[in-house]
Amino acid sequence: MSLDKMSQDGGIMVTKLDDLLNWARLSSLWPVSFGIACCAIEMMGAYSANFDLDRLGVFPRPTPRQSDVIIIAGTVTFKMAERIRRLYEQMPEPRYVISMGSCSNCGGPYWQYGYHVVKGVDRIIPVDIYVQGCPPRPEALIGGIIELQKKIRGESLLTSS
Amino acid sequence: MEKISNTALIEQISARFGEQTFEFSEPIGLLTFETSKETIIDVLTFLKTELGFNFLTDITGIHFPEAKLPIGVIYHLHNFRKNVRIRIKVFLEDEHPSIPTAFVLWRGADWMERETYDFYGVNFEGHPDLRRILNMDDMVAFPMRKEFPLEDPNRVDKKDFFFGR
Repeated sequence: MSLDKMSQDGGIMVTKLDDLLNWARLSSLWPVSFGIACCAIEMMGAYSANFDLDRLGVFPRPTPRQSDVIIIAGTVTFKMAERIRRLYEQMPEPRYVISMGSCSNCGGPYWQYGYHVVKGVDRIIPVDIYVQGCPPRPEALIGGIIELQKKIRGESLLTSS
Repeated sequence: MEKISNTALIEQISARFGEQTFEFSEPIGLLTFETSKETIIDVLTFLKTELGFNFLTDITGIHFPEAKLPIGVIYHLHNFRKNVRIRIKVFLEDEHPSIPTAFVLWRGADWMERETYDFYGVNFEGHPDLRRILNMDDMVAFPMRKEFPLEDPNRVDKKDFFFGR
């Protein structure tokens, strides 16, 4: 929105540095290429040609050290929880987490019983966006990413929070 | 390649092992029989080398708490040339069940036996690396046994007041 404040004819834009930084960050949200269960199939569908998350600048990176966001797409088992925590800690700040699907939101179908599932990934890492569904349609994941962009747009890197 | 009939298989197995193989049945056409842990490796070797059951499809476990021998280990074999399958069951005692490893015959038995150990606590004697495969290493129980509680009794996040009840 702030980028719309363009000058009349000089090709000069006036904006706040915060807005410029945020625009740059939200236009290139790079997730870790990381999927755990069936939600990852929908996530792959969202990445590929029909839904084309690339048009939002979302492009999976093969390492957490180059990533801005991690999409927890699937059932988080106790054994996986340690690995997820480790992946999250390797990501450079500012980092974001999208919890995709019922399993990672709250345990999903394993909420009632089960010796093996973490009842929600927010018990091990902080979650920014919850995408509901079992599994969510790619549209829902895209909606979650747009919500995350809105959240980033409201942040300020330069003023310490 | 002509198919072997289940009757012919039963004849050959009985002729070789006699009383050591028992409880022959054919649920949905799949030849099933039981043997004991003393003879299981001999039976598997015979099936693999003489009868051509070259592929170990799976090793699984089962728990019948009421039975005299409650813990079961079940082998599924497949004869690729003749496209015949066979199932062998071995039942073991509840306390420290143990059975010789099939790793000597099929390397693929490695992970299958680790999984059976993980969920039922069956000790596969001679297995090169018998540790948990799917559950956490510090888990102490064997979760597929019937005495394992389905729900952690100390859970608090399912109390009614969280849901306005």
